[in-house]
Order: sequence, then structure tokens, then C-alpha cells
Amino acid sequence: MDSTLDVVLRLVAVLVVFLVLPLVVGQTEHKVMAHMQGRLGPMYAGGFHGWAQLVADGVKFAQKEDVVPAAADRRVFQLAPAVALLPYLLVLIAIPVGPHGFVGEAVDAGLFFVLAVMGVGVLGSLMAGWASANKFSLLGGVRTAAQLMAYEVPMLLTAASVAMAAGTVSLPGILDAFHWWWIPWQIVGGLVFFTAGLAELQRPPFDMPVADSEIIFGAYTEYTGLRFALFLLAEYAGIVVLCALTAVLFLGGWHGPMSGSLGWLWTLVKTGLLAFVVIWLRVSYPRLREDQLQKLAWTILIPLSLAQIALTGVVKVVIS
Amino acid sequence: MPESTVAAARAESYFAESYFHTYSVVGLVAVVGVLFVAVAFAAGHLLRPVAPTREKMLTYECGVDPVGEGWAQTQIRYYVYAFLYVIFAVDAIYLFPWATVFAAPGFGGTTLVEMFVFIGFLAVGLLYAWKKGVLEWT
Repeated sequence: MDSTLDVVLRLVAVLVVFLVLPLVVGQTEHKVMAHMQGRLGPMYAGGFHGWAQLVADGVKFAQKEDVVPAAADRRVFQLAPAVALLPYLLVLIAIPVGPHGFVGEAVDAGLFFVLAVMGVGVLGSLMAGWASANKFSLLGGVRTAAQLMAYEVPMLLTAASVAMAAGTVSLPGILDAFHWWWIPWQIVGGLVFFTAGLAELQRPPFDMPVADSEIIFGAYTEYTGLRFALFLLAEYAGIVVLCALTAVLFLGGWHGPMSGSLGWLWTLVKTGLLAFVVIWLRVSYPRLREDQLQKLAWTILIPLSLAQIALTGVVKVVIS
Repeated sequence: MPESTVAAARAESYFAESYFHTYSVVGLVAVVGVLFVAVAFAAGHLLRPVAPTREKMLTYECGVDPVGEGWAQTQIRYYVYAFLYVIFAVDAIYLFPWATVFAAPGFGGTTLVEMFVFIGFLAVGLLYAWKKGVLEWT
């Protein structure tokens, strides 16, 4: 009975985190972007500095008509937002938050599981792009597919480098093996992983699949109301997952002063700081062209990650 | 001998048990997610207005009537990347099982050299593609 209750609590906790943290990141983005650009951002909804802006947005989305274009592939079109969103929920369960088994569920092949499931999210964008029967959507979908090819390999290679350092692919296991000097040792891998992750999330400067000044909103052009809101939620849930994963793999997750009692706080702080960097990059850099991303990935990110693997291998064999 | 066999069998059943427990929890998360989406869609169905018109259902093309089919033919320039990607991604998968054991006792230097051969192949392949000019469009 106890273990059933335990599982139910974990499921509820994951769902709550999944619904709250992306909103926090979204609201932070409103405010941070506004202040970096010398304006105020939302100030009205909720009274205090527009804290309820995203709640108001949600109410608006829920009341909007759900338009499915007559030419679209109806079922696939309607299913696409769910396919884009759910992988990030699944990934959250495997991310360790604190020491002593403070994790949704310790998956043995955690690193592998996380990378595999995150890749599924892209299918949602592809389905949306193809099923919309719209030229902008199709272009967006093809760009999404091309982007997948650019970032997936450096992401896999740098994750493999961490697995080599730890000698395990279990995420809690990687954190148990962590020492502070891993941060300088794996720094190149960390930067590559984070950059590739930004490309996966289609965040600026890698947002050409949704480039609004070129192709309206890419694969999501035809979406309205709730389904559009789910795509947006998927993007922000993706930021949370990517930042948490980067924190766990490359910044030591819950490690820090007083990690015994405050480990979960360290994970949150590191994730939050990385999310801030994601927003900062959006404000700072112009959008790359599609072929510039490919060139960046194949001529810089992949050679760097191969070099990181070589470095990790040599150091690991020398010290053991 | 029999004792160790029993112990091994016990360890194996323990692993199997925790394996199935882990992935059934993951499966439950998936169920929760599907339920969340279903409830959201059902609630949206109850809340939102339905007032379709012919113009509203038209494919969006900046306000003018759509020209031709939505599934238009475009030049897919990415197919070379797709080949490269498949090669690299399949190779990267092999790194993971190797990564967990290469520094364990009994492996060490030789295994590391093998990895350098492996990375060398990847690097040469990449250099070849680079030299061939498939990584540049302009």
C-alpha cells in the first residue's frame, strides 16, 4: 500500500513540476527580455508586476476556436501537439533532483532513455508541419528535420563523454561519481551539449524552423487556441528539461555546499541560471541561417565533441 | 556451487523486478500525460465556440487565396546531411556500452587505443565530407 502511495505521489509531483516550472520560465522570460530591452513587460494581469500574465494567456487560449484547415490531414494535425509535449513529461521522471534517491524514478539506462525520448518530441513538429498542408508549415517542418540532424550527433557524443567519465549511464550514478574537477574537465562537452540543446528547442539563435519574419510561425502556423498553447508549453518544458539535464550532466546537479539537506535547491538554482542564459541568448543574438547551423554543427560542434571524448578517455585511463 | 547459482538467480530476479518496476512507473507517467492531454482537449471542446466558415478553413497564405497544393515540391538540400547523420548516429550508439566499461580493471590502454581508432574513422569520414564540399552551400 505504501509503495502505491509513493508512486502516486511521484506521479503527481512530476505533473505539478511539469505544469509549474515552464510557466515560471515563461514569466521570467517576459520580464528579463523586457528589462534587457529597456521596457517593462506585462504589468497589468494579477496586479503585482503582471505575475498572472500567463494564466490570463491560458484562459484566452482555452476560449479560442479550434480551427483545422479544410486541406489539412485532420487526425495527424490534431494529434501533433500531444506528441510534441509528452516526451518532456516522460523525461522529467528520470532527472535526479537531490541525493539519496531524490528522483522521480531511477532509470538504469537513464542517460540513454532521456536522449531517446527527447528525440521523439521533434516528431510533433514534423507531424504538424506536414499535416497542415501549408507551404510555410512544410518549410518549417523540413527545417526542423534538418536541424535534428545538426544537433543530435554532438548531443549524443558529449553525453557519451560524461558516461565515460562516470563509467555508468544511470543519471543518479553519474552524480554519485561526480567530483568538482569534472566541470573544467568536461567544460567543452558542456558547452557543445547546451548549444546543441538550444538547437533542439528551436530557440534563438537557432529558431529558423519558426522564423516569424520568413515563414510566419513554421510548423505551427495553422494552429490556434489550446493546441497552439500546448506547443508553447512544450517549448518551455523543453527549456526546463534541457537546463536540468545540462546541470545534472555537466554542473554536478545537486552537488554544492550543504548538499545533504539542500541538494534539491542546488539543482533548481543551476537549472534556473541556465534557463536565464537561454533567455539572455534569445535577446542577444540574431538568427542563424539554416546552412550556417549545419556548418556550425558539422565543422565546429562535432569535431569539438570528438576531441572531448578523446580527452575524457585519456584522462580517465591515466587516473584509474 | 549450487549456492552461488542460487545467489546469481536471486540477483537476476532482483534486477528483472527493479527493471520492470522502473519501466512500469515510466509507463504510468505516459498514462498520466495522455490523460492530461485528453482532459485538456475535452475541456477545450466544452469551452470554446465553434463557428466555422469557408474562408476560415482556407489554408493560410498571408491573406490571399492559396496557390496550388500545400504539399508543394521543394528542393531538399538536406539529404546529404541525412546520410552523414545516420552514419554518425549509429556509430555514437556504440560508444555508450563501451563508455561504461573502458576504464574498468582489465581494460585500460588497449581499449582506449581502440577507441582512438574508432574516433579516427569518424574524423576521417567527416574530413572527407568536408573536403567534398557537402558541408557548404555557398
